[in-house]
Amino acid sequence: MIILNINGKEEKLDVSDDMPILWALRDVMHLTGTKFGCGMAQCGACTVHLDGEPIRSCVTPIAAAVGKKITTIEDIQNDKVGQAVQAAWSEVDVVQCGYCQSGQIMAATALLTNNQTPTDADIDAAMSGNICRCGTYPRIRAAIHAAATKLA
Amino acid sequence: MTAPLNISRRTFIKASALVVGGLVIAFSIPQAKRFLLPGAAKETGNAGEAKLPAPNAFLRIGTDNTITVMLAHSEMGQSIWTTLPMLIAEELDADWSKIRVEHASASPAYLHTAYGIQITGGSSTTWSEFDRYRQAGALTRQLLIGAAAEQLGVPAANLKTENGFVISGDTKISYGDLAEAAAKLETPKAVTLKDPKDWKVIGKATKRLDGPEKINGTAVFGQDVHFDGLMTAMVARSPVFGGSVKSFDASATKQVKGVQQVVQVPTGIAVVADNYWAAKQGREALKVEWDLGPNAGLDSKAMLEDFRSKAANPGLVAAQLGDSKATLSKADKLIEAEYALPYLAHSPMEPLNCSVRIEKDACEIWTGTQMQTTDQQAAAKILGLKPEQVKIHTLFLGGGFGRRANPAADFVSEAVQVAKAAGVPVKTVWSREDDVQGGYYRPMYLHKAKIGVDANGFPAAWEQVTVGQSIMLGTPFEAFMIKDGVDATSVEGIADSPYLKQIPNYHVSLHTVKTGIPVLWWRSVGHSHSAFVMESLIDELAHSAKKDPLDYRRALLKGHPRHLAALNLAAEKAEWGKPLPKGVSRGIAVHESFGSFVAQVAEVSVDQGTVKVHRMVCAIDCGLAVNPDSLKAQMESSISFGLGAAMQSEITFKEGKVQQSNFHDYLVMRMSDMPKVEVHIVQSTEKMGGVGEPGLPPVAPAVTNAIFAATGKRIRQLPIGNQLA
Repeated sequence: MIILNINGKEEKLDVSDDMPILWALRDVMHLTGTKFGCGMAQCGACTVHLDGEPIRSCVTPIAAAVGKKITTIEDIQNDKVGQAVQAAWSEVDVVQCGYCQSGQIMAATALLTNNQTPTDADIDAAMSGNICRCGTYPRIRAAIHAAATKLA
Repeated sequence: MTAPLNISRRTFIKASALVVGGLVIAFSIPQAKRFLLPGAAKETGNAGEAKLPAPNAFLRIGTDNTITVMLAHSEMGQSIWTTLPMLIAEELDADWSKIRVEHASASPAYLHTAYGIQITGGSSTTWSEFDRYRQAGALTRQLLIGAAAEQLGVPAANLKTENGFVISGDTKISYGDLAEAAAKLETPKAVTLKDPKDWKVIGKATKRLDGPEKINGTAVFGQDVHFDGLMTAMVARSPVFGGSVKSFDASATKQVKGVQQVVQVPTGIAVVADNYWAAKQGREALKVEWDLGPNAGLDSKAMLEDFRSKAANPGLVAAQLGDSKATLSKADKLIEAEYALPYLAHSPMEPLNCSVRIEKDACEIWTGTQMQTTDQQAAAKILGLKPEQVKIHTLFLGGGFGRRANPAADFVSEAVQVAKAAGVPVKTVWSREDDVQGGYYRPMYLHKAKIGVDANGFPAAWEQVTVGQSIMLGTPFEAFMIKDGVDATSVEGIADSPYLKQIPNYHVSLHTVKTGIPVLWWRSVGHSHSAFVMESLIDELAHSAKKDPLDYRRALLKGHPRHLAALNLAAEKAEWGKPLPKGVSRGIAVHESFGSFVAQVAEVSVDQGTVKVHRMVCAIDCGLAVNPDSLKAQMESSISFGLGAAMQSEITFKEGKVQQSNFHDYLVMRMSDMPKVEVHIVQSTEKMGGVGEPGLPPVAPAVTNAIFAATGKRIRQLPIGNQLA
């Protein structure tokens, strides 16, 4: 039995401790907002925050999250920056198929938490690990700038 | 925090009960003349006579004033979730905030008005539903007015509608309050649609209705389906296409915690487990001995050589005029070139998956599909059921790009086989590696062109040989799309090129190659290769004639106003001809596909062999733009998708096996490579075309033409990769 703090709640999970956080969230907790895209930290669809830092949950075992706080897309509206990012996403109408967007929003929230005035180069550096096959990149960039303005 | 989606019988009954008392619109309209895909000119006997479809159900109005629009098409990013409701809302004078949307079930009621099956593809949803969804809205409005007229005792002609209400003087009755009474009225036989000058919704940039749920993580994709008893399965498939299981040993697999069953299915060995992680570990522990079959020697390089040798001779004629051979033999100048493009995977962000529950005389399927009809038929056949006994729940598609519209119904059939063999409800999940290596690629193509140039630098004779696999061969579309051995999709954009129409002598032919590699339409289908070749060749001709590539195209496209409108708008907005920063060059391309005309100007620099695309200016004439913002989004999307493919993506084979496996070696577009994109819409009242695909074909040639302008090097093989290094 492993105890994890997920979105501020203590959860007991009866799974082996090498299970990636992604599958604990999706298949055990049924928190399906976090997506599976590649399974090897190549696409960013599974991005969640571990103690506020963006991580690829598909390659991070739950053992690494014990004693830390996992935050997922389902709870990011309770974060001031997350809320601004989601509002900007809506304002710019970023999404298309939407599958990668949870990961994009989690990555963008982490970026803006650490850097209130990201340049295009900062955005490239922080967001290039998150693939969007629909090509919403120009709107993601615009939404990050919009959120930064709103947070300033 | 959201509760998991729990799809149970009880939920369904509850959902139905909610609308009891409301108005469900069921009606018939004459079906458009059937043809299977754009380009299939003639109706054949197989499709049956054009006839009235079964009654369709397109919307229902709840007593709570909600208006639920049922989508006959699948939302996969293209924003049909918003565009089709716009058509209904326009004619219904609905309150936009009350609109809800659902994917329709798989049913004959929702057959494509032109293609005759339930399918989302061919960039066709908006134009094919433009009348049907508007009529559904207009008809509903008429019923609501009828109900209000009865209730108020006034003539219907004295009533008007606005924002979800029927209005008579100072009296307003909401649609929800009229829904029950309206449901009892006889359905009108005819409806009048609004004059376009009165449109308030159509043509207005409208935000996506699926935005909120895709931003907060609650949108449900096929991958997110969960209900009690649903197991997760992964299938070990042959590492070579066409291989089969010789023997397998599942003893280690069965030791993995969470693994419940190991069953053999036609496509391989399925590991059925409590969750994905257990299924994955179980599959890794599986020992399978494969008979690799006839394709164990597949090798891309050898295949390309084979294509090359075939291209030395003409193939089956796809289009022909005059005497190209004689003209070429006496031409002043000859341009000869060979172009090649690789196999490509669609790799949508959501790996393929499909959930299946089989019960006595019934089967339920939950998946993201672009082609419900063939999936339903395939499942029914496997289970010995009638198609109507198979219920398909279409969830949001985490990207499609053509991969989720498979006439072979591969991922659905396999899931049904696994559920049948395991005897429990199962969700099959493909890993990314399964997706990249699992086939159904854009085919590899090789083109050989020989062009004779006249004294003015314009083509006098054009010979082109295309070599590649047929997408339509062996599918239900074969009868419609393959004529005299020529698959129309292999030569679309070539055989019907506007440039050829200006040339007195041409000969376009095709060698259809058979390999063991499964192929499929990939965003923009044949145009994904033909536009690159045609627009590169035109650029070669322009430079050879020492003419400006834009002017050269203008001269050849004189009789093609829609090409010209897009070309001129893109050139104007890109300020074609004006100086650029040092090291940056422009390239231009224009192409028609799916009834739309798109021109693009690329601004590119090449620094020590590294190509950087700085800006893409795009202009489109698609006729009426129902939702200009989603149209722009589709252009941005196509540019990203096309750039990734042009720059880096390729699937190659060695010793029968796909050499790529995941996003580290199947390279796609990322944020850091994405240029600025500007989209401009030609104000047009011409016939409506599509927008999901037409933005893609001009991308690669616009970029490679810019590379030529920058470096003098002509890129004739994709991906560009490190050819300039």
